[in-house]
Amino acid sequence: MAVSTTKIAILNLALPMRLKHIQSSLRNSKFIYACSFCGSSHQRSFTKYSSVKSNQRVNTDGGEKLSRKEWKSVIGLEIHAQIKSASKLFSGAGTQFGMSPNTQVSLFDAAFPGTLPVLNQKCVQAAVRTAKALGCHINRVSKFDRKHYFYADMPAGYQITQQRHPLAVGGSLTYVFQCSSTSRVERRSARLIQIQLEQDSGKSLHDLENGISLIDLNRAGVGLMEIVTAPDFTSGDDAASFVKDLRDILVALGTCDGRMAEGSMRVDANVSVHLPGDPLGIRTEVKNLNSTKNIRLAIDSEIQRQIEVLENGGVIENETRSFHAEDGQTVAMRDKEKLLDYRFLPEPNLPPLVIHLDGSTVSSGSSSLYVTLEEAECGKDKVLLPEQQRIILETKYGVPLIHSVVLVRHGLFDLFEVLVTHHNCDTRATAAILKTSFMSFLDDQKEEVTRNPVTTEQLAELIHIFQRGEISSSSLSIVLCELSTNSHHSCQSIIEERGLWMESNNDIILAAIEEVLAKNPQNVKSYKKGKVNQLKVFTTKVMKILEGKASASHIQSLIKDKLDK
Amino acid sequence: MQRLVCKRLGLGILRLSDQPGGSLQYCANVLRPAALFASKVPEQPTWVPIDHDRVPIDHDSLPEVPEIDLALVEQLERISLVEFNNEAGLRRLREAVKFANQMHVVDTEGVEPMDSVLEDRECYLRSDEVTDGNCVEDVMSNASKVEEQYFVAPPGNIPMKKRDKEHLSGILNTPTDGDKAS
Repeated sequence: MAVSTTKIAILNLALPMRLKHIQSSLRNSKFIYACSFCGSSHQRSFTKYSSVKSNQRVNTDGGEKLSRKEWKSVIGLEIHAQIKSASKLFSGAGTQFGMSPNTQVSLFDAAFPGTLPVLNQKCVQAAVRTAKALGCHINRVSKFDRKHYFYADMPAGYQITQQRHPLAVGGSLTYVFQCSSTSRVERRSARLIQIQLEQDSGKSLHDLENGISLIDLNRAGVGLMEIVTAPDFTSGDDAASFVKDLRDILVALGTCDGRMAEGSMRVDANVSVHLPGDPLGIRTEVKNLNSTKNIRLAIDSEIQRQIEVLENGGVIENETRSFHAEDGQTVAMRDKEKLLDYRFLPEPNLPPLVIHLDGSTVSSGSSSLYVTLEEAECGKDKVLLPEQQRIILETKYGVPLIHSVVLVRHGLFDLFEVLVTHHNCDTRATAAILKTSFMSFLDDQKEEVTRNPVTTEQLAELIHIFQRGEISSSSLSIVLCELSTNSHHSCQSIIEERGLWMESNNDIILAAIEEVLAKNPQNVKSYKKGKVNQLKVFTTKVMKILEGKASASHIQSLIKDKLDK
Repeated sequence: MQRLVCKRLGLGILRLSDQPGGSLQYCANVLRPAALFASKVPEQPTWVPIDHDRVPIDHDSLPEVPEIDLALVEQLERISLVEFNNEAGLRRLREAVKFANQMHVVDTEGVEPMDSVLEDRECYLRSDEVTDGNCVEDVMSNASKVEEQYFVAPPGNIPMKKRDKEHLSGILNTPTDGDKAS
């Protein structure tokens, strides 16, 4: 897979500005990259918003390294997670999503004069639980502040937040980095700076044609946990992997429902680039990213943009940008507001929030509610966090990280444990089946794991049959579908009925192989010339004839023997 | 607006008189006037201005009033939405800063800044129940423009009118006058 030398020659020139279009047209062709994360080389095609890793190089076959400057990208995240409570942070209005506009608004949320905030106990408990799970130090005393800025969806003109003394500081999260272009996974750790409670603002619908914005205050005042991370991330994949893990933790704890599409979790990214040895570059903030895919695309395109600006001699401005998914570009949001001064002042209507160690420090005789660290730590229904589940899968059952990540993310941990311990299924087979056939089955049925259309016993039986090599994985999917509609049939009877038993007669397999090889003489020739991947092509064709009732590896070895004779 | 507040407080409305011009006066019908309106605010102000003979203030040791240039005026207008559109406004601003600077005379060594008068208490927590909301008419009652149960606002951020500041160029960046009146 050699890259043509002419292309490399042009790239090597320091092109004057008028010829830069050549470079950009080259960008639309395929290049070989050494992925900086897994080291494997793979073809990448540049598009306008390609996720080019900032410190990637172009390699030629001759070993001559042509590098663009090695830019280092630095990303920090601010995640706003809506707390799953029945009422809002400081008022008694409801928090349900999708209600008729301005119905879930109390007079306090609409900033009517004469109204005061009253703090919701459940929100504090949720934040304390989250902080504990993320290993933060919880401040026994935290204080509220006002952050002033004018925007139509914030009627008070200020937001009540915790800037000086947040609820929790420090902490870290071990997450699994997943490269989106390869299947490489690895564990990484990111530090957290603080977790604080704050109010959400309302929602504005911009009608640019008529030159108005429509404001719905249903969301105004809902409790948010703002989780601020240290600038420990280096790419869009990195940040997206972190957010996925954080989301899983919050959903497992029950403190946030993690529905990014509904706006329950929003992420702002602070992105900057710099050359090694230089101090950190000026950062820009990309706001309101509402899906993990957008996080990855927005951050990578912003890194790309900043590199381009700096390489062309420009300067990065400290500004707020938003991401347009349609173009795959970030655009500047507000007019240049240098020195956005929030004029923080302590919230005079709220006394300091005290988190007690346990019930003993609460003043006796007071009938009011309080929050203790003790109830956050111990919990009879102690939830296993995703990282703990992955560690158990790896250490106790020997499931490699690349599989355990998928199992845990889709909530299959409990099912896996039951199958392996109670029903004595083989761990490798179970992991493989659950990860592939079972997941696609659930997707087709549009069901969740908790409402599994197939019983665990039936699933265990199927896995045992698969382990013994009596059925292939594609046939297994067919049986699963059958079982969901006719649950009273047994697996055996379904397999019998549909004739799905694995083809054990070698002669039939060989006959199919002969047929395929006879029909494709060209492919046989290219195999003999050295194109080894033709084996896969043959195997697929043979499988088709055999209706999937054979083991792919067995077929492949038979074909190889035949052709190599 | 007053009607709404009175209704929320559970007070009845009593119509006082019908003015010839067509405007009406209302008064809240209070059940226990003494209990509700016993105010701790004294009727006459009790503070007195600083007597400079008793409390000498060395004005030279106080911080200088900062230079107020056009950029600062625009920034202040943007974050406060208050217009300083004439000489009097700017002069008042300078004098206000000078007045406030007198606080630097007080020695605050080792004293923790106070957040609020409630800082010795513990924040009260309320249980998580839906007790409010569903009062769309009340919430929308003050809005000037409403469309299908949404508030109507200007697009994007609240714009600040760009006003011509040429007439201020004469008084900006001039040193403060010598009067030390507080």
